[in-house]
Amino acid sequence: MAEGLFKEGIVGGRLAPAQYADNFSDLHPPLDHHEALVESDRCYFCYDAPCMQACPTSIDIPMFIRQISTGNPIGSAKTIFDQNILGGMCARVCPTETLCEEVCVREVAEGKPVQIGRLQRYATDVAMGQGKQFYERAAPTGKKVAVVGAGPAGLAAAHRLARYGHEVTILEARPKAGGLNEYGIAAYKSTDDFAQAEVDYVTAIGGINTENGKALGRDYHLADLTASYDAVFLGLGLAGVNALRAEGEDASGVSDAVDFISVLRQSSDLAGLPVGRRVVVIGGGMTAVDAAVQSKLLGAEEVTICYRRGQEHMNASGFEQDLAAANGVVIRHWLQPKKVISDGGKVVAIELEYTAMKGDKLSGTGEIVRLAADQVFKAIGQSFEPAALNGSGPSVAMEGGRIKVDGEGRTSLAKVWAGGDCVVDAREDLTVAAVAAGRDAAESINRALMS
Amino acid sequence: MADIRNNFVGIKSPNPFWLASAPPTDKAYNVVRAFKAGWGGVVWKTLGEEGPPVVNVNGPRYGAIWGADRRLLGLNNIELITDRDLQTNLREIKQTKMEWPDRAIVVSLMVPCVEEAWKAILPVVEETGADGIELNFGCPHGMSERGMGAAVGQVPEYIEMVVRWCKQNTRMPVITKLTPNITDVRKPARAALAGGTDAVSLINTINSITGVDLDSFAPQPTIDGKGSHGGYCGPAVKPIAMNMVAEIARDPETAGLPISGIGGITTWRDAAEFMALGAGNVQVCTAAMTYGFKIVQEMIAGLENWMDEKGHRSLDDIVGRATPNVTDWQYLNLNYVAKAHIDQDACIKCGRCHIACEDTSHQAITSMLDGARHFEVIEEECVGCNLCVNVCPVDGCITMEPLAVGAMDKRTGKPVSPNYANWTTHPNNPMAKVAAE
Repeated sequence: MAEGLFKEGIVGGRLAPAQYADNFSDLHPPLDHHEALVESDRCYFCYDAPCMQACPTSIDIPMFIRQISTGNPIGSAKTIFDQNILGGMCARVCPTETLCEEVCVREVAEGKPVQIGRLQRYATDVAMGQGKQFYERAAPTGKKVAVVGAGPAGLAAAHRLARYGHEVTILEARPKAGGLNEYGIAAYKSTDDFAQAEVDYVTAIGGINTENGKALGRDYHLADLTASYDAVFLGLGLAGVNALRAEGEDASGVSDAVDFISVLRQSSDLAGLPVGRRVVVIGGGMTAVDAAVQSKLLGAEEVTICYRRGQEHMNASGFEQDLAAANGVVIRHWLQPKKVISDGGKVVAIELEYTAMKGDKLSGTGEIVRLAADQVFKAIGQSFEPAALNGSGPSVAMEGGRIKVDGEGRTSLAKVWAGGDCVVDAREDLTVAAVAAGRDAAESINRALMS
Repeated sequence: MADIRNNFVGIKSPNPFWLASAPPTDKAYNVVRAFKAGWGGVVWKTLGEEGPPVVNVNGPRYGAIWGADRRLLGLNNIELITDRDLQTNLREIKQTKMEWPDRAIVVSLMVPCVEEAWKAILPVVEETGADGIELNFGCPHGMSERGMGAAVGQVPEYIEMVVRWCKQNTRMPVITKLTPNITDVRKPARAALAGGTDAVSLINTINSITGVDLDSFAPQPTIDGKGSHGGYCGPAVKPIAMNMVAEIARDPETAGLPISGIGGITTWRDAAEFMALGAGNVQVCTAAMTYGFKIVQEMIAGLENWMDEKGHRSLDDIVGRATPNVTDWQYLNLNYVAKAHIDQDACIKCGRCHIACEDTSHQAITSMLDGARHFEVIEEECVGCNLCVNVCPVDGCITMEPLAVGAMDKRTGKPVSPNYANWTTHPNNPMAKVAAE
């Protein structure tokens, strides 16, 4: 037993050193060759397959699975990449249980869908492992496109634009490309630095220049881009984090779950990463589960997710909720934060109020519960911060707090497209939806540039 | 309780499941294991004449094709007859028969096509106490190049001649094993009967190449870069074998000739089907080679349970029951109308029925109804072809439902006729026989 296991406060070293690697190993280990063949044989090659309809990037799933089963994993990978150049990461992080696998006819028939995500990973791993590039740049068009943000939307857009022969510059505020793939996903979902390997794979097509440390609104303005580029794609993501609106939330020990996840992903020494003994996570989405499970895996004794509505309202999928439960995370419902209790400036507990639906409105019942906590994570959603975008020059029209776009990803400004989480109606804030948006905006940009 | 004891041309066994002459019956060790597992009898792997035994290749002897999940569907082999010394085999046959008197041991034989060779081997086999002999006129590979096996089985005159020699030189029942590598299996069966055979067994294996190695461009199984056609067997050949069994069973010239059915029998159901088509018993090989000898227990229990359920008391109640229902196409009732029906509760909405029908058949299955994914038969277009039933992955989901007499066939707009009518009298048939006045 590690010495720090039951230490009060936010400390590192709660576990024996070897335990960390084990805890943060691949959530879904890759299928080996035999497993992939057995699994691929289960696919019925459905007509107008429901899985394909459910995929935001419309990957031809029956075809890529058939290609695996016939011993053609390279062809399979191309089928995937044709629709989704980030198919490798999507295979790891897509909530397949609410997308392709939910509608698999074998889920309908037997409650056991074909493991589409793991098969997709198998095929893309084979191709990426061989460094197999499927696409060549078209002859240079002389057109220059700026892509703001090197997340899934930006990378997908950049790749598609590069294929058409445009010259792409990606401007990324963070030190590394990848966006949420690099900074926002639980470590056990993307091991072995896969996000960076994928960035390298995507940009290997050529014609994509990435400039890191370049933040919109700080280092340059949108007007600079529209002046010097033929088109601009905004894949800004969501920089803001919603406030708890609980008294005392600025106490030491209260932090954003997204920051915790990011720090954890970038950490080369998990044993040194501090975590509370009693952790409370406020929220009900994937981020809440990622933060809670990883707190547990770092050795927190008690981890509780508190969500202000019922189980059926949680954004975290059933699979994610089960994953949390399996890791010993307690999920409590109908609780909203009221007050962070601190001692000497450090959080020691949190008071929450029970909630109930009154008509169609959620409100507190007045009943209060106090949970001991030396660390509190806020995971109640992220928000778009328009200041950087609309600080100078003509403004991009907004809607519902995010950028307004049309069906092709065009914003209200000429030459400016947008996609991914920064856009209103971004589908469920999914990686795969961002990829689709970036890809489709790139198609629209290409049409506009070449017409 | 159904009685599944078998009496095949006087050879008695506790059940109708024999192991065919093949690798599993090459020596006492395997045969004893088979008897312990419950097999009713064996046909001992083919013996050749006295002298240095044949030799086999020292590389792969088998090739295969597979279905989903690598289920073996078809096996091919280039193994020859026994490569063990004749006396060793005879000694083991005698010993095994002595120890297992209630089980059938039939000895497969293949010697050169001269009477002396048969005269020499028959008495030594008879001396073992074996229950009968099976003449291997079927092996398509290797031995046929030496004028034996299928080389004999492909010439009806040779079959008749050799069978006659055997009948004249042994008291043992003679079973003539036929090759399917011919155009009309009735001809060799008739020849065997003319020679006096007690029974025929079929099918032996089919000439085949199971695959090609796409790196070396060599047929499989590959021996040092080359391959030779082998004998194909296993579940994939069952339909071919059943047709041949039925052809002999319903041929007036060979009607009543006992048949030992062989070809891809894997389950009790396969066996029951062969027997219904006229086989007095069955022989199994590939299924045992795939799963081991224990499968016979499923076959025994399955056959008994089915017979009990249906009230069949003995094998005589089922043998040949389907034979009269095998007919020529020209006698099929053209006034019989069936339509596919999809059980919507069982349907998992894979859409395979739709695309099969839409792309390759009669455009008779919907894919959408009111904007929702929905697969339903359009009776106005359905010709009752059964393709949808065959491609559906859910057993029993799609069924063919006959239309009652008088019911409207929405495709033709005509009511179903109560009368039987076939092609021989159809107005579109220029050769139609005019009904007697």
